[in-house]
Amino acid sequence: MKEKKVGIRGYAGYVPRYRIKPEEIGAVWGKDGKMMGAALGVKSKSVPSPDEDVVTISTEAARWAMIRAGLTGDNIGAIYVGSESHPYAVKPTSTMVGAAIGATPDMTAADYEFACKAGTAAFQTCMGLVGSGMIENGLAIGSDTSQGAPGDALEYSASAGGAAFIIGSDDLLAEILYTTSITTDTPDFWRREGQAYPSHGGRFTGQPAYFKHIMGCTGKMLDELDMEPSDFQHAVFHQPNGKFPMKAAKKLGFTKEQISTGLLVTRIGNTYSGAVPLGLAAVLDVAEPGDDILVTSYGSGAGSDGFYIKATDGITQVRESGVPTIEEVIKDVKYLSYAQYAKFRGKIKRGG
Amino acid sequence: MSIPRFWREIRQRYKGIGTECGVCNRVYFPPREVCPDCGRDSLGDMKEREISGKGKVLTFTEVHEPMPDFEILSPYIMAIVEMDEGVRMTGQLVGVEFDEVKNGMEVEAVLRKLGEESPSGIIYYGYKFRPCR
Repeated sequence: MKEKKVGIRGYAGYVPRYRIKPEEIGAVWGKDGKMMGAALGVKSKSVPSPDEDVVTISTEAARWAMIRAGLTGDNIGAIYVGSESHPYAVKPTSTMVGAAIGATPDMTAADYEFACKAGTAAFQTCMGLVGSGMIENGLAIGSDTSQGAPGDALEYSASAGGAAFIIGSDDLLAEILYTTSITTDTPDFWRREGQAYPSHGGRFTGQPAYFKHIMGCTGKMLDELDMEPSDFQHAVFHQPNGKFPMKAAKKLGFTKEQISTGLLVTRIGNTYSGAVPLGLAAVLDVAEPGDDILVTSYGSGAGSDGFYIKATDGITQVRESGVPTIEEVIKDVKYLSYAQYAKFRGKIKRGG
Repeated sequence: MSIPRFWREIRQRYKGIGTECGVCNRVYFPPREVCPDCGRDSLGDMKEREISGKGKVLTFTEVHEPMPDFEILSPYIMAIVEMDEGVRMTGQLVGVEFDEVKNGMEVEAVLRKLGEESPSGIIYYGYKFRPCR
């Protein structure tokens, strides 16, 4: 599949500190928010501050990932940022992140969009460039400040966060041993050009969309690798809510223990392109050398990327870097009222 | 702010690129062409110097009458931070409440949105400060 060894040299995640609870959202729209939260498996979701967006979240994660890897901007040959909430429709997020970490100008860059799996698409691109010897290290970022229309079911889960991974060949803390994907044309979730909020197919987002792709891609990868779910210490599945990944894991034969470390959605909501990268980062924070990790992302539209990752001896050494773990990042919490949340997310129409 | 002016200052705003006097080694931010202490001796001897982004709060205040771009953040905290390189930088403190801030508190520079030209215009990014994690 590839020429050179490819894996993760550094990683980090960032999640804004603000949170809102489902009961706070439900109270505004005449719904039982607590029940809504329980049905979705979401206890609170992260909210970006008005001065945070995909550029700032990506930069925070990227700077920490560079510290963890002990690299400077000169060492980065490519940056790909996957998101469905890039601040500009035209003007790349990746160039701004590149300038902020000092990687410009000797690099290539582009922004990706594939609903919630744009971050793992960035992984695969960097793997190809590193594996073929075109670059030494690439930065793959999945990051979002996702949108949910006021009163829509998505408003209870659509949140903000992101994670950055430095993909390289040397000094790896985890090796990426395999990747495979499935892609179909499935209209389960979309946002038309110029629209402020996405639309979705309601229940259609489940069986023919999320489950078909997550289970299809994971099953295909296990077949191709000739491995069983029990061969893995950890598994991370895309997590649009707390229920879908639990159900998919159970059907595939993974246990609750295998997916619990990477299941952040219950506390921070669905960080879209950031969800699987953040889940993987949380797993790498605790993984032991030799641990086998399975990762399957999902992006509406639709497709899944699967990865087989093995932690190396380097995994424990990076814990001395002083970079906060995902648990340390997400424990800094400040709850918002719906009014504050509406102000922060630009949902209040102002004059001038 | 004009687009060329913002563009010229990107390295200062995103990465804290200042200057260091080649004669007395004093660090300046924003960058200076000439060291005020060494005068003409420093001409041609001012080197680029990246500020580490780490420092301590020297003094701070809470702003209740915000500038137009900061209305949504009001009230917000502004601080003068003494950086590890000795230079002082002024910036907003984020990720902390006013009653939690103390002089001497260790902070680090983070990239945040500072404002925008207009809803269809350029977005301005730059440094703010947050307590060290």
